[in-house]
Amino acid sequence: MRATALLERHRALGARMVEFAGWEMPLQYSGIVEEHRAVRGRAGVFDLSHMGELHVRGAEAGAALAYALVTDPPALAVRRAHYSMICAPDGGVIDDLIVYRLAADHFLVVANAGNAAVVADELRARLAGFDAALDDASLRTSLVAIQGPRAVGVLTPLTDVDLGALRYYAIAEGHVAGIPALVARTGYTGEDGFECFVDWEAGIPVFDALLAAGLPQGVIPAGLGARDTLRLEAGMPLYGNELGRDTTPFDAGLGRVVKLSKPGDFVGRAALAAAQERGRSKALVGLVVRGRGIARHGYPVFRAGSVEAVGSVTSGTQSPTLGEPIAMAYVPADATEAGTMLEIGIRESRVPAEVVPLPFYHRPA
Amino acid sequence: MDVREGLLYTDDHEWLRVEGDTGVVGITAYAAEQLGDVVFVELPQVGRTLERAEAFGVVESVKAVSDLFAPVPGQVLEVNGELNAHPELIDSDPYGQGWIMRIRIADEGATTELKDAAAYRALIGA
Repeated sequence: MRATALLERHRALGARMVEFAGWEMPLQYSGIVEEHRAVRGRAGVFDLSHMGELHVRGAEAGAALAYALVTDPPALAVRRAHYSMICAPDGGVIDDLIVYRLAADHFLVVANAGNAAVVADELRARLAGFDAALDDASLRTSLVAIQGPRAVGVLTPLTDVDLGALRYYAIAEGHVAGIPALVARTGYTGEDGFECFVDWEAGIPVFDALLAAGLPQGVIPAGLGARDTLRLEAGMPLYGNELGRDTTPFDAGLGRVVKLSKPGDFVGRAALAAAQERGRSKALVGLVVRGRGIARHGYPVFRAGSVEAVGSVTSGTQSPTLGEPIAMAYVPADATEAGTMLEIGIRESRVPAEVVPLPFYHRPA
Repeated sequence: MDVREGLLYTDDHEWLRVEGDTGVVGITAYAAEQLGDVVFVELPQVGRTLERAEAFGVVESVKAVSDLFAPVPGQVLEVNGELNAHPELIDSDPYGQGWIMRIRIADEGATTELKDAAAYRALIGA
């Protein structure tokens, strides 16, 4: 099992450590609900160093990524980012990604920890024939995030990056606590926040500096448990739950990510064009449980009164913000309208659940 | 870690307080802490007959689902309905207001298979 540079910090902070995607990671420190509320109301500091950081450099780096991914990275302005996916030739999702353009000929692709090696291998293969080279920096890059409404106030005095000018889905090179860093205004919580990419060992002083500066403002460390409940409230997909090899971006309601209009071929184009043409057989929806029980990953979904399951819960929890059980599920494409009543099989019971628009939570304007 | 003298314990972290031929059942402070943030409790039907170690209910935290197992065989006499509205009582007071059910103990001999406080402390390394 791998550990991030921050392992001893997590232990010293009393974290409960768990294995996640081959990494020993903090599930929680003070408690999932407390950490969740801190991020919604103040801010939380996360160690995300398990994520994969893949640099693609070369004169044809943009063209190579346009071939390898479903988005159009050459259309990105320098220092901007977008959400992307890498798909198999059959249109199934290999991983969802954030692509940052650091320079005309330099992109940073951030992959999920559990898929980083597969994505690196796929990218390396797909880059062949282009003037572009892959550099897997995952094991020499620490990623420390601060997320929440107070993130900007805590980070501002620690950095020379002009955060006021750093837009959502933008990235800048500078320093955090005097340490060279890439600072991105991205995240996975539904809140404003920043992700700081630094050298491996530098993760420790950056994490310490953010926590120390945030302490007087109620900022606390937050683990993977809160990260999961935060992203679920924000309606963001998690690979392995909402996304997988048997799912197309269209199934997940993320067809807008696929740029079929971009020039040139890309891996999965034919299958994805056909999938768009065909229309969805299943669709991802938000559900609020209207009876007693909490829907969990893998629980069956029924039409009211039906014998056979028609779908499956992909993620579910008790929403700390809403105070009711929420879930995402794949259901037939004709059962996606808000207000549709379905049933979830929770152990021996059928519990009513209502289709609601995603996301469950919008941050206050 | 809070382990109470005078209670009997299962390896699955339920406690039993014997009161005559009945017993009160809950989960230990250790179990509550391991679960964290209890947000839902599924209670058994009053009148249901339970075998020893039979799953009789569920405690859920934000992250996890955990079955509850009967420490001794018996019939459910009463359940703590307060937990429907306030499952967090299991976190805040696992040996008191967080009690889960009272059962009529069908076989007093079954209590000899349970751990006392010292043995339970050893189990959890407390």
